[in-house]
Amino acid sequence: MTTLIVIIGYLCLLLALGFFSNKLFRGTSKDYFVASHSIGPFLLLMSVFGTTMTAFALVGSTGKSFERGIGTYGLMASISGLVHAAIFFLIGIRLWAFGKKHGFITQIQFFRARFESDSIGYLLFPILVLLVIPYLLIGIIGAGKTIEPVTAGAFPALFTNPTAPQWLGGVPPWLTGLVVSLVVLSYVFMGGSRGAAFANTFQTIVFMIMGLVAFVFIINALGGINNAGNVPARINEKGLVVQDYQFDKQKAQLEANEPPKPIGRVIDFENSNLTDQQPHFWREPVTVEFKKKIPKSGELVPFERELGIPFITFVTYLFIPLSVGMFPHLFQHWLTAKSAKSFRLTVIAHPLCIMVVWVPCVLVGAWASGVLPPGIPPPAVLSAMLNLLVGDPVLIGLLTAGVLAAIMSSLDSQFLCLGTIFTNDIVIHRAGENKYSDKQIIFIARCFIVVIVAVTYGLAMLAKNANVFDLAIWCFSGFSALFPVIFAALYWKRTTKQGAIASIIAALLTWLYYFHESGYGGEYMVGPGIVPAAICFGASAIVLIAVSLFTKPPTEETLDKFFPKKSEL
Amino acid sequence: MGKATVWALFIILFFLHQDFWWWEDSDLVFGFMPIGLAYHAAFSIACACLGALAIRYAWPHDLEKFAEEK
Repeated sequence: MTTLIVIIGYLCLLLALGFFSNKLFRGTSKDYFVASHSIGPFLLLMSVFGTTMTAFALVGSTGKSFERGIGTYGLMASISGLVHAAIFFLIGIRLWAFGKKHGFITQIQFFRARFESDSIGYLLFPILVLLVIPYLLIGIIGAGKTIEPVTAGAFPALFTNPTAPQWLGGVPPWLTGLVVSLVVLSYVFMGGSRGAAFANTFQTIVFMIMGLVAFVFIINALGGINNAGNVPARINEKGLVVQDYQFDKQKAQLEANEPPKPIGRVIDFENSNLTDQQPHFWREPVTVEFKKKIPKSGELVPFERELGIPFITFVTYLFIPLSVGMFPHLFQHWLTAKSAKSFRLTVIAHPLCIMVVWVPCVLVGAWASGVLPPGIPPPAVLSAMLNLLVGDPVLIGLLTAGVLAAIMSSLDSQFLCLGTIFTNDIVIHRAGENKYSDKQIIFIARCFIVVIVAVTYGLAMLAKNANVFDLAIWCFSGFSALFPVIFAALYWKRTTKQGAIASIIAALLTWLYYFHESGYGGEYMVGPGIVPAAICFGASAIVLIAVSLFTKPPTEETLDKFFPKKSEL
Repeated sequence: MGKATVWALFIILFFLHQDFWWWEDSDLVFGFMPIGLAYHAAFSIACACLGALAIRYAWPHDLEKFAEEK
């Protein structure tokens, strides 16, 4: 119960921040959508970083490391440090410059002007909404998975149908999702993009600090930094995967299992190099058969899991972080920048911030393989570790608030962005700029945000058991398939409207095909382990180049606008 | 140092990211950090350094001026 009170206190603090940012709101639609281009370097860094790091970063990375080991960091985090920073530098600053010069608020406005086409906006709008929704879902699903284990036992008479038997009485995911959605909705309503930037900054600081605090407590519970390295599951001489330790919650200490507890067996155990290896600490793929308990019947059923990462998957994952170039919510954050110089801190510090958040999460996920049952849902690994290893309820509450902070700092930008593009690119674009007052425009944006929140919440309840990491990868794959369009729009004069539209359609069709093949959101690789994003990206790029070369180039007037001559610069 | 050097460093970093040479190595660095993870953490620091170099030697001054003009 104490834990829950701390979490509720944190949510109230966020609402107070929303009221504060509302006081600074200037009442104009430009202020609501892009904070009147007034955001400086630190707020930009925090809001961009907070937006890109969501449940995926904390809950997802820990869960993925629990499944596949430390390769998770190289797979997503270190390559993102390189690719994200390059995109902020090459695309973010350029888009900010055109946005400021020509008054764009949304990505679609930029594309419409660059490609002299209304239809590209109508084509892109539903695709952007379609792709942002999985991103929103992972936030709501991640929040639900986090709160239930840490509040287990708080209301045993009220919540009698837990996701897992040991979480009886915990706040159920449907209630957490509802509360989180309403809190985010409230402060986005009140403060618009400025409110989102303030809330993001506050929440990013909270989740970074809390992440480090959690890491220290987990290390201490595992017997210190040097012993923690011995904790992950190990393969013994018979090819069994064993846990050498268990955590005694009553004594609050780690104890050796005598003999080690078998939790699975390596399939095709022929490689003698595997003996005494901790498969979560390397990256060579090993397939293991584990057993998990069915919650309702208590029956043990076998399941297979591939630990490690195939090299081809590792290489082709480079296409996933390209997605940030096409995130509409990130575009909106870029446009809030006061000047191009505001980007400098983000370009340098973003890879470091990723490291500070991801390294502890990936380590905790790998360590968890040695003390948690293998069948635990991956999104619940982080909170299960906190619950098992950190005894103090106040601290658990604060640490959980940190996880919620990471989740909400993305949800707010995404909700706001969808409201912005609907209002500007559909409603105002069709009705004309002078039809609505600023007040009415903000009202329309808020109404659309409410609809999106409701739809997202409903879908999250339907997909409540989805893997947060995998669902995020599908979202990122779709956006990275669209990356050739934004890159070519900025750097290749010969790109035509037809080329861009054909490329968007190619990206959409290939993405839909693979998404369907994956069973709508599961982990899926093509052939020897190629990430579908690589193929979607390739198809989109080839179609863009081919169609552009065979169609009429843009007018000189448009090219002058987006490719100013050196003498005009 | 100019833009070309920054680009060259970017490409070198991209290749350094594919550390197949430590793929099957689970040795610990500093007694707790698997070498594959320690390497990629150091890679993140290298990315930050590259960002600083890009700002110093390849900053788009012309574009900045273009955007600020009324």
